[in-house]
Amino acid sequence: MIVAYVAGGILSLAATLALYRAVRGPSILDRVLALDVVLAIIGAALVLNMIVNRHLDNLILLVTVSVIGFIGSVTVARFVTDRK
Amino acid sequence: MVNDVVVSVLLISGALLSLAAAVGLVRFPDLLSRMHAATKPQVLGLLLLLLALAVEFESWVLVPLLVLCWVFQLLTSPVSAHMVGRAGYRTRHLRRDLLTLDELDDVVARAAVDHGPGAHRQRNGGHAGQEADGVP
Repeated sequence: MIVAYVAGGILSLAATLALYRAVRGPSILDRVLALDVVLAIIGAALVLNMIVNRHLDNLILLVTVSVIGFIGSVTVARFVTDRK
Repeated sequence: MVNDVVVSVLLISGALLSLAAAVGLVRFPDLLSRMHAATKPQVLGLLLLLLALAVEFESWVLVPLLVLCWVFQLLTSPVSAHMVGRAGYRTRHLRRDLLTLDELDDVVARAAVDHGPGAHRQRNGGHAGQEADGVP
């Protein structure tokens, strides 16, 4: 199934670019945003894994990943302060 | 056969949405425009991939679970984006020269006029001072 390899390659490239922004990001909010995108890409990879291997074990992981992204970004956004 | 084509198209477009978000994260100049790019794969990309999963498995039992996953993401992702955008506005992580319209600016200015002296007066005089303020 060549489509799986293509989609996996696209997702890897996207994760690399998002991690580049997470490392470079000028502020902590940029980093949180980039890590949120990384979590979305991880969710996409979980779905891709379910489709390729024809199982449904990752659905609970998908929900867990979105919960972690939500809690993480809300917490960081809540406690970010103005350092100027 | 048709199913495979549909699954392939949905998978590739979902992955391309993630790639578009990542390219936007790298290329865009400030926090708000990066947020505009970053929220695409969280909702639409997940929708496309879950549709691919549903088409691949061809079972109606699966659909409520997938709808649950998607609705959960749909509920949480705007809230976190709102929090991040609000924190970014408050801590001035945005480039004012790129904004065409800042609707929050008027609100902030009005709140400063309304509550700025009022808070000061409340500290000094309390309610009596506030009511006497309307009469010249």
